[in-house]
Formats: sequence, C-alpha cells, structure tokens
Amino acid sequence: MIEVIVFIAASLMVIGGALGVVLRSNPVHAALSLVLTLFGVAVHFVSMEAHFLAAVQVIVYAGAIVVLFLFVIMLLGVDKVEDLRTEPMMRQRYLGPLVGVGVLGLVGTAVIVARGRTIVQSVEGLDTVGHDANVKQLARSLFSDYVFAFELTSVLLVIAVVGTVLLARRPNKGLQAAREKAGVNA
Amino acid sequence: MLNVIWLIPLLPLCGFVINVVLGRRLGDPKSGLLAAAMCGAAFIVTLVTYFDLVSRPEEARQHVATIFSWIPVGGLSVDAAFLADPLSITMALFITGIGTLIHLYAVGYMHGDPKFSKFFVYLNLFAFSMLMLVLGENMLVTFLGWEGVGTCSYLLISFWHTRESAATAGKKAFVTNRVGDWGFMIAMFLAFQAVGSLSYSALNSAAMGGTLVRSTATAITMMLFLGACGKSAQLPLYIWLPDAMEGPTPVSALIHAATMVTAGVYLMVRVNPVIATAFTWAPAVIAIVGAATALFAATVAVAQTDIKKVLAYSTVSQLGFMFLAVGSGAYVAAIFHMVTHAFFKALLFLGSGSVIHGMHHEQDMRRMGALRKLMPITAGTFIIGWLAIAGVPPFAGFWSKDEILLAAWAHPTNPALFKVLWGVGLFTALLTAFYMTRQVIMVFFGKARWEDHSGDHGAHGDFKPHESPAIMLLPLVALSGLSIVGGVLNLPFTDSTKRLLHWLEPLVHFGEIEGHASAGEKWGLAVGTAALCLASMGVAIFVYQRNRAQAVEPQILADGWRYDRFVSWFMGHPGRQAFEATAWVDRNIVDGAVNGVATGVRRSGAVLRRTQSGFVRNYALLIGGGVVLMLAWFLLRAVGVFG
Amino acid sequence: MIAAADVTPTWYLLLAAALFAIGCTGVLVRRNPLVMFMCIELMLNAVNLSFVAFSRTYLDIKGQTTVFFVLVVAAAEVVVGLGIVVAILRRRPSANADDIAELKG
Repeated sequence: MIEVIVFIAASLMVIGGALGVVLRSNPVHAALSLVLTLFGVAVHFVSMEAHFLAAVQVIVYAGAIVVLFLFVIMLLGVDKVEDLRTEPMMRQRYLGPLVGVGVLGLVGTAVIVARGRTIVQSVEGLDTVGHDANVKQLARSLFSDYVFAFELTSVLLVIAVVGTVLLARRPNKGLQAAREKAGVNA
Repeated sequence: MLNVIWLIPLLPLCGFVINVVLGRRLGDPKSGLLAAAMCGAAFIVTLVTYFDLVSRPEEARQHVATIFSWIPVGGLSVDAAFLADPLSITMALFITGIGTLIHLYAVGYMHGDPKFSKFFVYLNLFAFSMLMLVLGENMLVTFLGWEGVGTCSYLLISFWHTRESAATAGKKAFVTNRVGDWGFMIAMFLAFQAVGSLSYSALNSAAMGGTLVRSTATAITMMLFLGACGKSAQLPLYIWLPDAMEGPTPVSALIHAATMVTAGVYLMVRVNPVIATAFTWAPAVIAIVGAATALFAATVAVAQTDIKKVLAYSTVSQLGFMFLAVGSGAYVAAIFHMVTHAFFKALLFLGSGSVIHGMHHEQDMRRMGALRKLMPITAGTFIIGWLAIAGVPPFAGFWSKDEILLAAWAHPTNPALFKVLWGVGLFTALLTAFYMTRQVIMVFFGKARWEDHSGDHGAHGDFKPHESPAIMLLPLVALSGLSIVGGVLNLPFTDSTKRLLHWLEPLVHFGEIEGHASAGEKWGLAVGTAALCLASMGVAIFVYQRNRAQAVEPQILADGWRYDRFVSWFMGHPGRQAFEATAWVDRNIVDGAVNGVATGVRRSGAVLRRTQSGFVRNYALLIGGGVVLMLAWFLLRAVGVFG
Repeated sequence: MIAAADVTPTWYLLLAAALFAIGCTGVLVRRNPLVMFMCIELMLNAVNLSFVAFSRTYLDIKGQTTVFFVLVVAAAEVVVGLGIVVAILRRRPSANADDIAELKG
C-alpha cells in the first residue's frame, strides 16, 4: 500500500512539474518546475531500487543542469515573461498538443495492450542484497561490458566543454586592441 | 639489408616532410644541408644494399619488399612493393650518389635565394619520386614515381615563376610529358589485359615463357616507347627539354641530364623481354628514332649560343644514343652510357652553373671567353667533362659510346639498316666532339669578351667573373674523377673486365642481342672512332680558337630546324580547329545534358524548398508528426499480429 | 483494491508516456530556446524512467547502465546547447526560436 502512495505522490510531482515547465511563461519558474519533475523521477528511481541512478539524477540533473539553466537565464537577462497568449504560427498551437496527445494515446494503448505478456527474465537477475548492491552491480556492468563506451563518454564530455568554451567566449578585446596598436606602430 | 630497401625512398621523403614543416625556420643553408644529408643517407643505404646483393649468388640477386597491398580489387592486385635487383640498385646508386653531390652544389648555388628552402623541398621530393620510379616492383609504382618526377620537373623548371619564360617552359614540359604519359598508361592497360598483372616479373616471365602474344608485346613496346619518348625527350616530343633550361642549373644537372630523362631508357631496359618478343620492326623503330634524335639534336647544338642550351641539346642527342643502343638490343651498353653520361653531363651542367654563377647570371657564350684563368677549377673539371663526352680515350664517354656504336655495327638481324644507323651515330659522335670543343673554347679560351659588356651590368661597376665557393667545387671535382674512371665499369678487353655486363646479365640475357664482330673489327672501330673524334675536335679548334675559317652556324640550326615553330603552327591552326570542334560538342551536347539535369533539379528544388521554413519548431513538428505516424503503424501491425 | 495496490511496470510506462507527451508538446509550442531545452530534458527523463522500469521488469542491470549513458550524453548536450544559445542571444538579446530562421530555403 505504501508503494502505491509513493507512486501517486511522485507521479503528481512529475506531471505537475512537467506541466509547469510547459505552461509557466517565466523561464525561471519553468526551470524550478523542472526541478520538481526531476525530483519526482528520482523518487521513482528509489522506489524501483535504482539507488545509484536516483543519486545521480539529483546531483547531475537537479544540481548541475538546472543550475546551468538558471545561470544562463540570469547571464543573458532573458528572464522576461514570454507571452503565451500570442502565437505567430497558429498551426503550431493546434498541431503541437495534437502530436502530444497522439504520442500519449498510442504509447498508452501499446502499453496496455502489451500488459501482462510473458516476460523473459535475465539469468543474471537484479542484485538487491546489501545496501550498496545496486551500485556494485551497475559498476560491474559499466566497467566490464561497457568500459569502452564509458571511456568514450569522457572524450565526449571533454569535447563538449572545449566546444562550449569556444562557442561562448567573447572576442578578446584587450588582445585585439594590442594587435591594432602594434599594427599602427609598425 | 634487402628488407629495408623501402628506406631508400623513405629518407628523401623524410627530408621533404621536414623541410615542408621546418624549412623556413631552418633557412639558408641548413635546410639545404639537411636535404643533402637525407639524400646522402639514402646513398649509404643503397650502397649497403648493393654490397648485400653482390655477396649473393647470381640467381638470388632479386628481392621484392612488399610494403602493403595497395589496390586489391577483384582480379587486379597491385602492391606497393619495391624491387631490389642489379638494375634497380644500379639506377638507385647513381641517382642517390649524383643526387647528393648536386644537392651539395645547390646549397652553394642557391645561396641567398628567397625561396631557398622551397627549392630543397622540391629537390627531395624529386629524389623520392625518382627512387620510387626505379625501385617500383610494378608499373603502377613506377608510374607514381614517373608522375612524381614530372611534377617536380614542372615545379623546378618554373621555380623562378615570376619570370614569364620560366613559367611557360614549365607548362610546356608538363603538357608534352602528358602525351608520353598517355602512352605509358595505355601500355599498363594492355599489360593488365594480357597478363592480368602489372608487375614486371609477371610481364617479363610471360614474355620469356612465350605466353605473351607477339602483337600485344609489340603494342606494349610501342606504347611504352611513346612514354619513354616524352620523358626522355626523343623526337617528336623532345621540345620541352631545351626550354627546361629555364630552371636553376642544379635542376638541369639532376633532372634534365642525369636522372629523370634517363627514366625512359630504364623503362625500356626493364621490359627488355617484351621488346625481344615484339615484331622485329619495333626495336628497329626505337633505334631509328634514337639515331634520328641523336643526329638532329647534335646539329642544333652546333649553333646554340646559350651555354645551357648547348648542353640541353647535347643531352637530347646522348639520350638518342641510349635509345639507339636499346633498339640494337644492347641494353647493357644503354645502361653503361646512361651511367657515364650521368657522370659527365652532370659535371658539365654543374660546371656551366659555376660559370653562370661566376658571371653573375650571364648565359650567353658570346660574352664569355678566357675564363680559365679566373675560374681554374671550374675550367679544369669542365675540360675533363668535355674530353669525356667527346669520346677521347680513356675517359668514360669513350667506352660507353664505343659499345653502342659497336652494337649497331654488329647487329646480326638487320645489317643494312643498322649499318646506316651506325653511320648516323658515328657522325653524331663527331658533331658532339665538335660542338663541345666549340663550347669549351668560347667559354674558357680566346679573348675575354665579357669586358666589352661590363657596362651592361650597371649595378656591378667593376664586373669581374669569380670562382665559385668550395661547396660548389667539391661536387665538380668528385664528378670529374668519376668521368675519368667511369669506363672501368665495363672495359671491353677481357671477359672479366666487363663488370656491368656480368652484373646485369641475368636481367637482360633474354633481350640482349649479341653482335658478331671480330677482334680486329672491334679494335678498328674503337681506334677509328677515337681518331675521328680527335680530328673533329681539331677542326673545331681550327675554326674557333685560331679563327682560320669562318664558323658555319646557319640560323636554321640555331632555331632547332624551326621544329618548335612548326609545332606551334600545327597546334595553332589544324589543331586549334579540332579543339574548337571538340569544344562545340562539349558545350552543346555534354553541357546540354548536364544543364538539363541541373534544370530539373532546380525546378524540383524550388517546389521542395517550401518545406524548409527555417523555423526549428516547424521541423520539430514534422518530426513529431512522423513519430506519431510510425507509432500508429507499429501499433496497428502489432495488434493485427496479436489479434 | 488488492490488484491496484500492486505497482506494476505498466503504471510506470504510462507515466513515462505522459511525461514524454508533455515534453513533446512543450518543444512544439514554446518559443524560448531555453524552455525548449528544458522540455527536451523532460522527454529524456521520460525515456530514463521507462528504461529503469524495464530494467526492473526484466531483472537486467543493462537498462540502468543505459540510463547512466543517457545522463552523460544529456549533460554534454545541455552544455553545448546552452553554449550555442549564449552565443546567439549575446548578439540578439531578444531572440526567440522563431527569429533564428537563417536556414530558410
């Protein structure tokens, strides 16, 4: 019974947060709603005994990514309210939700139709014995079967960081001025 | 050591890469010395390979080093492989050896040139390409080198490209060579068609085993000969070589005298079993073209006034001699002459470069004279080169030229024709002695005519020719030594002194045609030729030194029989009309089809571009719609299956 | 209510579908590029949720491993995406997603 209560509470957080992201016209509010969703998903992870992912979800998503969003909003001063009543492309206003409803309806139908079908379980099984069993098992999977992909992600992150620095950096005004000065002198 | 023959071309390539990257920073003269060191290292590796090869029994003197499988496509399999055998190593030895000397010389000659390091970039690239050419195990690797040396030749001829004539000469060389390259390519296609492989060993063993059809062999021979004509400046494609003298003199010495232009001869010797399999008229054509070129170029050389033009035409003429040898089936003699010619012609070119350097870039022999006192070492070495090319015993040129004339004289299958060719060759040898004597006298003896023109050189108030620096004289001395003793490679006296013959024997014994000449005939020919050459030199001294007779130098000879002008006219009039017709077809039919396709694409594009609104949300909507449709399709299918 | 008291994977999958649909709608109707990014994060979270649910259903840790990689890639994607947004908005401070239509055909 407690499981159902947790599920319903967490789901309300998730759905409420998601609706907030889409419907709040102020980007700061949207970002905060996103935090709500992310926490809800983390709760679901915990209830499914994916403890490590729950922790990572809170640390990386809520802790890093949302903070990054907020930083960018503040940095650029774009926290002004978006007028959600006007829509330059009306087609978008009608067809967008329609696509959303379509996805929900179709996936929901598929899930319900497939409900209760025979499930082939993995021979390994999920290790739930011990307080850090999930972390150990995930680590074994990451550093044995997926070690190459894991190393590649570090490369990906480095590239992303370098690329972002290049993208977002301002032209160095001091250096430019120095060059111009040298040019004049020469 | 044979396993590392890839090191031989690799070393100049390293020099090339280093100089490309660091050349400007190394500067003058370090980048040049680096290039020379790389070439010298390649020489040492070649030398070690050579000794390894010598130490083996005769039948084991062949080694193929495969680097990687280059083009493995269906029936065609071409490896990037190098072949070490007596012929390729002989070529590699004198390419790297003379190449090193010329690199050193160029360090002095190019001193102070703003593009100093670039020159050595090209020079090392050339050495690499040339070594690929001779070490290639199959025709495609050779062709790669062949095109590489052509490119380097183009780059180096037009090295001073701000000079209009140099740029034009480079283009002329490139375009003329393409005609020959076409022949080479056709020959490759034919060889692949006939034996299914491009490797020399497969082609040659097919020829020796009798599986190569005679007409195919003839076609391959003639097409390769066309390629050789382009690269080795034979009639009718010789026209680029005299103009190539626009390049810096070390280039003329290395590329247009010693190495690249002999590539054609090398190629013919390499495929000698194919030539031997061809109809007998094929080698006869080669011999006739060679003899005709030799005579033609020698007559032109008599009337040239540019110090380098004389040597250029002389090179064309000597290459004609080599092709006469190839056509006579005397492949060893051809290689022998190639080597000795590389010695003395490189020497003469470098000597002329030294003169030009000392004369502050004056090339007109009419403004020289009496330089022997001011440039004693240049003069001395140049005189040795002169004696060698004129065929004075015991200098190197005498022995090799004598071999060729003997082969033509004693040709067994077609004596009448080859006796005529022998006569042409002999007359050419006399002309050679004559014009070289003329050149030596005009440059180093007689009156100092440069004094009359000192005023022309405004900037140099007191114009005085000077001797070149030591780094330029060292190669001259080394090459003059080789020009003196080069003959010992293949002395005809006893069997044991014919070293080159024994060395190359396993490769050429199938194609080599043994002439029948008695010992008396041989001695008579040798002594007679030498005596006639000396007499010819005497006549030249009589005319130019003592001025006892009026020099005969008709304008038509100075103009090279106006052949150049004829080619220009031909290309300008009938040729031009053909090009215009082709251009019309291209414009109206080929372009019409292409434009039709383009119009169709443009029209349909104009319709489809409306979907590209540029709004990212619009694209997202399209993706979302697609997702919904795909989900619906999957779901319907799944339900259908379950139902 | 006994059956309902059991939280089956179907519940989680339906929740994930709802979350994904909301995120999808958000991308389509919002014009602020930052909010569009947040909506993409919602969609990614929906997928993560279903992955973990399947991992639990099939008793296979690989589902959770995949979620880990999705998290890493999402982090990289957000970093680069925000870098681009910063670069664009610095030049045109009032731009929204509809103003950036230079690729119009």
